[in-house]
Amino acid sequence: MSETKTPEAAKDEPNIRIVEDATCTFCGCVCDDMELTVDLDANRITKAKNACVLGRAWFLQHGIEDHPQAMIDGREVPLEEAMDEAARILHEAKFPITYGLSDSPCEAQRVAVAINDLVLGNIDTTTSVCHGPSGIAFQGVGESTSTLGEVKNRADLVIYWGGNPAESHPRHFTRYTVTPKGRYIPNGKKDRYVVLIDVRKTPSAPVADQLIRVKPGRDFELLWALRALVRGRDVDPDIEKITGVSREVLDELVERMKNCNFGVLFFGMGLTMTRGRHFNSGALLALATDLNKYTHFVAKPVRGHGNVTGADNVVSWQTGYPFGVNFHRGYPRFNPGEYTTVDLLARGDADAALMIATDPASNFPKRAIEHLKKIPVISLDAKPTYTSRQARVAFMVATYGINTGGTVYRMDDVPITLRPAFDSPFPTDEEVLTGIHTRLKKLRANGRKKAA
Amino acid sequence: MMLIPGRSSKQGTSLNAGKLKEEYQAVTSTIEMNESTMRKLGLSAGDRVRLSCTTGKVEVECGKPRKDEDLPDGMIFIPYGPSSSELMESDTAGSGMPMSKQMMVDVECLGAK
Ligand code: SF4
Repeated sequence: MSETKTPEAAKDEPNIRIVEDATCTFCGCVCDDMELTVDLDANRITKAKNACVLGRAWFLQHGIEDHPQAMIDGREVPLEEAMDEAARILHEAKFPITYGLSDSPCEAQRVAVAINDLVLGNIDTTTSVCHGPSGIAFQGVGESTSTLGEVKNRADLVIYWGGNPAESHPRHFTRYTVTPKGRYIPNGKKDRYVVLIDVRKTPSAPVADQLIRVKPGRDFELLWALRALVRGRDVDPDIEKITGVSREVLDELVERMKNCNFGVLFFGMGLTMTRGRHFNSGALLALATDLNKYTHFVAKPVRGHGNVTGADNVVSWQTGYPFGVNFHRGYPRFNPGEYTTVDLLARGDADAALMIATDPASNFPKRAIEHLKKIPVISLDAKPTYTSRQARVAFMVATYGINTGGTVYRMDDVPITLRPAFDSPFPTDEEVLTGIHTRLKKLRANGRKKAA
Repeated sequence: MMLIPGRSSKQGTSLNAGKLKEEYQAVTSTIEMNESTMRKLGLSAGDRVRLSCTTGKVEVECGKPRKDEDLPDGMIFIPYGPSSSELMESDTAGSGMPMSKQMMVDVECLGAK
């Protein structure tokens, strides 16, 4: 619970508030055991107990930006005027797209879907450029899944494939998967065997009992060989030449996987961003399913942004599909490669873009960025970015989890409620999107766009 | 050579300070190679290097060498950012995902800063 210290208790201190059980939304671990010390006079968090190095930077570097709430073409304007202009752009566009959403709470994501339903737009999330291929694979192969709590309490074999949590999700090991003691894992790390499979020796390697180095671009071959061996089939005698992993290492790993009590395969973007994409994720998911003939085995993607899992959930429950959803015909259609944002921009299809808590102008391929420069962009972000700098309409919004409440989903699909630390002069992204949605409803009432 | 963009702690912490700030820009335009590869290319830490492919080209700085056992020969690591995007192909092979890791690039040494 939050408490503000009484003047006596904080005589020599500034106006301090302690927020217990706050949530860090910097990465998909969404750690909800933060204890924040907030200097309410300075609008700053001065201490973030339990946070990792990334979480500390997330909280301690957060201040209130000296920036207008809203701008049109780089000129400060009242919030209402910017919402009017954003609604006009989306209303007049033939092919408006919305992208981002993984750093917004579910409440805002829900409004973004409603906007697209109304303008017959296209909605996609950053999932399409992180675990989108895994989303495709889930539909094709299925998912043997669990929560991180189950992993903590039961997993005695933990395998990371193509991920480097020590740098991307620093508390994944310590809070959920390696060091914590669990109900059936009384001695924590001593009771688990940890394997890391990667092309390079990453800073995560010291945590692992075994590092298996796969040749770049050979993950699929290695996964398929493991599947064959799990099923008692033979594999190509040249398997070491192909994958960089010897037959002995493979046999040992297969035995370990079949004989553990509860195994988990965590996989990262080393699988989804490389050649093979959804085939790689699909092969790993199929391997986990195969292993259930022998023991209990699950597979989980390690998700990046704080609420990217929420974006998948919200877009799924509202449209039936997790990302890359198009409303042009008046009903949702899903087609990765066609309705995913990199493709829509690189092909030059979109004629207006609503970018929510994302910075495609810095992290998309050049061709997509070039098209983005040609169309009106509406951006919502808590910090100035390359995208907000070039946006026609730019909203500066409050930071979720620090200045706003709401709901986010942890990477294992567990919803978590946010506890804000201090107020912000900026509107929330839900408020801005609701303002745009309300205006669009009025504009639509005067002339509804026809479905294609 | 093969370029592998990925996350790093510094990329993550500098991201919080702001993408338009110097630290983020410096972190995301510094590459890592192993000792042997750097020796073969005649590179030392701090040298400027041009990476190019059919999609684009960028100038980056060479970081401290990594141990040979940490990074394979001929592989370059770079934290995600504007430099890695510049080299990224937009074709997603019908998946929505551009090939964001394992990009083949040419390396040209531009000498010390
Ligand atoms: S692991 Fe992720 S969610 Fe947890 S404190 Fe670190 S950055 Fe925040």
